[in-house]
Amino acid sequence: MTVKSVLVIGGGVAGMQAAFDLAEAGIKVCLVEKTLSIGGRMAQLDKTFPTNDCAICILAPKMMDCYRHENIEVLTFSEVISVEGEVGSFKVKILRRPRFIDEEICNGCGDCARVCPMGILNKFDMDLRVRGGAYIPFLQAVPLIYALDREKCMRCGLCKVVCGKDAIQYDQKPEIVEMTVSATIVATGFDALDPSSITEYGYGRYDNVITALEFERLICAAGPTGGHVMRKDGKEVKRIAWIQCVGARDTRDNRPYCCSVCCMHATKEAILTKEHYPEVETYILYTDLRCFGKGFQEYVNRAKDDYGVEYIRGKPGEIREKEDTNLEIFYSPSSDKVEILEVDMVVLCTALIPSEGVEALAEVLGVELDEYKFFKLKDPYNFTETTRDGIFVAGYCQAPRDIPECIAHGSAAASRAMEVVLGGNRNEKSQ
Amino acid sequence: MTEEIRIGVFICHCGINIGGVVDVPTVVEYASTLPNVVHAERNLYTCSSEGLESIKAAIKEHNLNRVIVASCTPRTHEPLFRATCKEAGLNPYLFEFVNIRDQCSWVHMHEPESATEKAKDLVRMGVAKAARLEPLEELTSDVIPSAVVIGAGISGMTAALSLARNGFSVHLIEKEKEIGGMLRNLYRLYPTDELAEEFLEQRIKAVKEHKRIALHLSTSIKAVEGYVGKFKVILDENGVEKSIDAGVIIVATGAQEFEPEGLYEYGGERVITQLQLEEKLKKGDLDWAGIKNVVMIQCAGARGEVVGYCSKICCMNGIKNAKLIKEAHPDINVFIAHNELQAYGEEYELYYRDAKKAGVRFLRFPLERRPQVRRSDGKLIVDVFHERMQLDIPFEADLVVLSVPLVQNPDATQLSKMLKVPLGQDKFFFEAHIKLRPVDFATDGIFLCGTAHGPKDIGESIAQGYAAASRATIPLARGYVHSEPIISSVNEELCVGCGICESVCPYGAIEVVETEEGRRARVTGVKCKGCGTCGSSCIRRAIKMYHFTDEQLMAQERAAVVTEVIS
Repeated sequence: MTVKSVLVIGGGVAGMQAAFDLAEAGIKVCLVEKTLSIGGRMAQLDKTFPTNDCAICILAPKMMDCYRHENIEVLTFSEVISVEGEVGSFKVKILRRPRFIDEEICNGCGDCARVCPMGILNKFDMDLRVRGGAYIPFLQAVPLIYALDREKCMRCGLCKVVCGKDAIQYDQKPEIVEMTVSATIVATGFDALDPSSITEYGYGRYDNVITALEFERLICAAGPTGGHVMRKDGKEVKRIAWIQCVGARDTRDNRPYCCSVCCMHATKEAILTKEHYPEVETYILYTDLRCFGKGFQEYVNRAKDDYGVEYIRGKPGEIREKEDTNLEIFYSPSSDKVEILEVDMVVLCTALIPSEGVEALAEVLGVELDEYKFFKLKDPYNFTETTRDGIFVAGYCQAPRDIPECIAHGSAAASRAMEVVLGGNRNEKSQ
Repeated sequence: MTEEIRIGVFICHCGINIGGVVDVPTVVEYASTLPNVVHAERNLYTCSSEGLESIKAAIKEHNLNRVIVASCTPRTHEPLFRATCKEAGLNPYLFEFVNIRDQCSWVHMHEPESATEKAKDLVRMGVAKAARLEPLEELTSDVIPSAVVIGAGISGMTAALSLARNGFSVHLIEKEKEIGGMLRNLYRLYPTDELAEEFLEQRIKAVKEHKRIALHLSTSIKAVEGYVGKFKVILDENGVEKSIDAGVIIVATGAQEFEPEGLYEYGGERVITQLQLEEKLKKGDLDWAGIKNVVMIQCAGARGEVVGYCSKICCMNGIKNAKLIKEAHPDINVFIAHNELQAYGEEYELYYRDAKKAGVRFLRFPLERRPQVRRSDGKLIVDVFHERMQLDIPFEADLVVLSVPLVQNPDATQLSKMLKVPLGQDKFFFEAHIKLRPVDFATDGIFLCGTAHGPKDIGESIAQGYAAASRATIPLARGYVHSEPIISSVNEELCVGCGICESVCPYGAIEVVETEEGRRARVTGVKCKGCGTCGSSCIRRAIKMYHFTDEQLMAQERAAVVTEVIS
């Protein structure tokens, strides 16, 4: 790849949009994704607010559009390890981690996965489903190329025996790809906080306290339970409560910010629950209901009026597990009383935090992060600009935002990169 | 047709989305018995790389000249399958989509047997139509390498600058005498508290100095003609009519503050809106001497009071003004009566905390008991029902500031008609897809940014301005656009030039012209969206809809009721 091309780091919805716009405008793009598939967090969601569109159904065509685009080279299971030079000419090194399966040969048939005797918890399914040591993270993964988990592999050799295309390569080595690009867009997204540290809610100790992303996989038809929401003991759920701001708007662990999307995704999950199980009671316990986007207030009104979702203002102080593993939520609706809400499942809307490894990446890129590890802006009103010229930012890794905002932000960062590549009246060296 | 029809049918399980209800193997077996079908198979996900490869392989192996996928919806997946056919050397319009997810497994999820029967019916209908499909060629037309941006507020200015930097000439249209939009009325900005005037100054300078931006001030839009790549925009510039050619159009017409006429004793010097307060703060002509208590009321006119939506920015705007007052006049009590507080994201939550530290007092009321403002003995009293204490508290206020929502400009209705782009229920411009296409319109070549799309703050408007610029750059940078050949066409021998089609076309794509044979309807292919309205209203049956011809549809209908397909 030569100059007049752009590096996009992160294959979630923001990075894909940035890559797609650039490619459509005729600019070469290298899209680098850390995991085995592009798609990002949106691929993990069941539906999306406020339209209840099936997430993977509307995302899958975008993933394929990106992957198949003649101007986009997608490198999955890869990380950017060095960026040198300056705007107009960045020299980039990318580490391609070995899949131990030849990417050119594998046709995604899945025979290796079927014979693999290993059982390993699948991160994509929030550890709620077991995958083999030879695996793809999810069925619609793009590209559809399997990988071997050599850390956990017991080296039985069965996959190599069954692979009809002889694609298994146990001795595959990491590879380093070098290229020069005019500009870089970073769109590394978020991780969900592990709420075990918020000890008062008992996550990890109580069986039926789960996180919103876990719930998302549970209610998804393609998820580990085929869309059945059930408790650990297999019992049907009758009363579910969602708790907002778990680890967010909370200064104890220096996370005072609001994650912007949880009120709405709790509302969505409650609506979906009601659609699957009209008789289940749903409660959302919140501090401020942040329903500020287009169509959001109307969506909340529908949740209340049409579906009977109950919204309770109050941040629970504690959850206790009863002997029958039901849960008692202690909260205070007004200044002079404490009330107890008994439910059989609690969903924690945990803080969404900049994704793991963001500090190392910032160092590689030579850009600054803010106190909470979001990418720092040069100009607080221009959300696309990092502290280094020619390196732009898109999506949640800059600050909390929802899907349409991430998409607009992806396009916005693309336009900034286009200014460098197409325009040239800034930072123009020679024609 | 002399060519032998060879149809391949691919039936998708979609995991358990379809396969959990519809008996897919049975449908495959049935499909393979239908006339002209030479290959039928099932896929776990036809849209996966594996599924697509399988289609391509089957086209080659079985020499297929028609392809049917029975899966989800053409809205999301048709382009993908068409492209796959094209890659395998088949004309993409020889592909037919059958929707057995939405129309079978979803709507009949509790009746699996009937769902399976219906899936068979739909596949049979698809086969009947597919046999009659004709290859079509995409239309290509040139793009004029310039843009019109309507509205020179912060989002329009941003879009114009980015397009200009991308190398394209831009006509920036502004109805006022000056550019800058709503920002010209603001005092300071959150979260930095910098002066709006200074913030705007450097940006106005950049727009004015850019050689590729032509400013049209005191200018309104009179008419818009044309289509993506070749728009003609007629302007009234200071009373002079001008015509501009452009390849793309960006709508950045902004919004305005709601006027709370008849609410909360609004009017006079003591019950004002946030924007009126900012103007006073900016001019410095508010007499603080007589003011001890300021009460701000959030959601005034919003969230069900007059408009239904939450206006997103009013909480932060109120907090900002409250904090500024408190910092300048520590002795004045400033209260914000609110319901929810939209201090979302990273910076705003911190800013809200700063305002609390500065001494701004926050009072929460339930939405069903909003504050009341009354006048008593020349005093202004605001009764706030405190949600947490469950108490009605009267506040004597010297100044009441209403945080009212942003609403659409009144002239947007006319503009939406001229551009043939829709407004939503909230009267803001309505984008192509609320989730996936936030700055596109369904009409090609027209884009959207800023508060014309819905309430948003400065940073969000700038981000959307850049986003619209990116989307608009695509056709400009390519220099050409492709459009679908699924359009209408007039048989001039049958047409009598009655003009009904012209009057019903929502896209202005068909018009009656004088020909040597008399008046006849003509279609502008690139503007036609293939909706079929003209075809169904033509009394002479002179209009043919490509890809949905009478012959194709009749065959499909026959197959719906006659289970034996006539090949």
